[in-house]
Amino acid sequence: MPSKQAHIRKQLVAYSFIAPNFIGFAVFTLVPIVFAVALAFLYWDGSNPIEWAGLANFRDLLDDDQFKAALKNTIVYTAGTVPLTLISSLFLAVLLNQGIKGRNFFRTVSFFPYVASLVAVAAVWNMIFNPSKGPVNMLLYTLGFENVPGWAADKDWAMITIILFSVWKYMGYYMIIYLAGLQGINPELYEAANLDGTNAWQRFRYVTVPQLSATTFFVMVMLTIQCFKVYDIVYMVTQGGPGTATLVLVYDIYNKAFISWNLGSASAVAMVLFALVLIVTLIQFRGNRKLQ
Amino acid sequence: MQVQSIQTKTITTILYILLILCALAMLLPFVWMVSASLKLDKDVFTFPIEWIPSNPRWENYLEIWTTIPLGTFIKNTAKLTVIVTLLQLLTSSFAAYAFAKLEFKGRDLLFLGYVATIAMPWQVYMVPQFIMMRSFGLNNTHLSIIFLQAFSAFGVFLMKQFYMSVPDELCEAARIDGMSEYRIWAQIMLPLSKPALSTLTIFTFVNTWNDFLGPLLYLTRMELKTVQIGLRMFISQYSSEYGLIMAASVVALIPVVIVFLSLQKFFVQGVATAGLKG
Repeated sequence: MPSKQAHIRKQLVAYSFIAPNFIGFAVFTLVPIVFAVALAFLYWDGSNPIEWAGLANFRDLLDDDQFKAALKNTIVYTAGTVPLTLISSLFLAVLLNQGIKGRNFFRTVSFFPYVASLVAVAAVWNMIFNPSKGPVNMLLYTLGFENVPGWAADKDWAMITIILFSVWKYMGYYMIIYLAGLQGINPELYEAANLDGTNAWQRFRYVTVPQLSATTFFVMVMLTIQCFKVYDIVYMVTQGGPGTATLVLVYDIYNKAFISWNLGSASAVAMVLFALVLIVTLIQFRGNRKLQ
Repeated sequence: MQVQSIQTKTITTILYILLILCALAMLLPFVWMVSASLKLDKDVFTFPIEWIPSNPRWENYLEIWTTIPLGTFIKNTAKLTVIVTLLQLLTSSFAAYAFAKLEFKGRDLLFLGYVATIAMPWQVYMVPQFIMMRSFGLNNTHLSIIFLQAFSAFGVFLMKQFYMSVPDELCEAARIDGMSEYRIWAQIMLPLSKPALSTLTIFTFVNTWNDFLGPLLYLTRMELKTVQIGLRMFISQYSSEYGLIMAASVVALIPVVIVFLSLQKFFVQGVATAGLKG
């Protein structure tokens, strides 16, 4: 008898450890997730009675120009940001891994844009890239360029501006991950390559890159997911414009939910976003199994 | 020998030049920001750039406090950040201890609930979450942001990974000595987990301080706003007050810079281990 009581007591103690976090997590994360899935199949404006919609919210998306633009822009943004960030963070990590002096200083500096608050850096960025008087375009004028880009104000350049800004802001973060990966490479591999008389590029190409494949894969997955859910950068640099040039999925969710109060439709877009992230996550699971 | 050393020297020089160029690309916007914050609006865009203003306008740093309620914004953000970080550390390490070191029914299932949501972007469920908070009467209260941020799956996951690396024998020995689980957590596990706690602190601090979309949805009353949305509002209202905008931006950056520079080591470790484990 006492052992059973002790057993129950032990269980209760364990639950008491979990409870404070789990209750908050369940109420503010798990329940809303279930609610989000349900909402996608309903019509609701947040105050009037809820109606069943079936698949209508999803069907409507097929003719929804805002949604189509948002989906296309999100994919373009991702396709531009992921490879550029990947290459520049790998490049920076390899530079920093050469046993140079002041390594910590350079590392701190390149990490700075990542921790700095987005509102503040976006404000500077907008001024520096101001089409008519910003220093970047002034410099281009002085160098003799006549057709300087209109950056955030030009529909052909707005997306490029956002991509450049994202690469600048996030490369430091992924550089740290690459640095950790580089430090895990067995130095003997480089010694062997040196004996074979290889040059620096060959060592990079045939030792570093293959040895980092797991890290690269991880960085790619993280970056892709991060790009899919971009919102605040767009909000601060272009407000989704000009026109719909930089409207992205989360922007569309926000507009549909909090501007038009079309919650079902907003949740349907959210499900598309979720499906995109899920696909990438599943690829990651399969890829990890293959790599191991 | 001679040829090789010349070659190494050239390579090292190129390396440093590349690094300095990268560092400049990272830093110059910040230097420009500080420089512009000390100028009159009409001088901000003079070209060639006057990096050190000949007539620094320190008044900008006085005026921002009266043009917008920047003091209130900072107080709100600091309050939210401290509460969220403390709650996050406390509840995450508490729950993680049970997940890592105690046996109980449904443990794996509950933990799966956490893991499954790590990949789920908040943006997917922000709409129903807002509707729920509103029905609890929590919109336009600081509690909404606290509830939103304080119970992350990431925190539990990070702490659990760390506790798993602590040998079970340590807890067993303490149990034989008659220590309760709560005391083991408080007196053995917490002191041991300082590195993990520091990592979680800096991540939570930076995330909460810099959060934008959460406060944008929930806090519309002026006296509740955080630095980020307050600053953003100021930028859209006074879009041509360049000097003031830059001064306010510098002020908004300072707390994060201080926290980052003092806890940098843990931040780097945290990012690196998260990367390797993935």
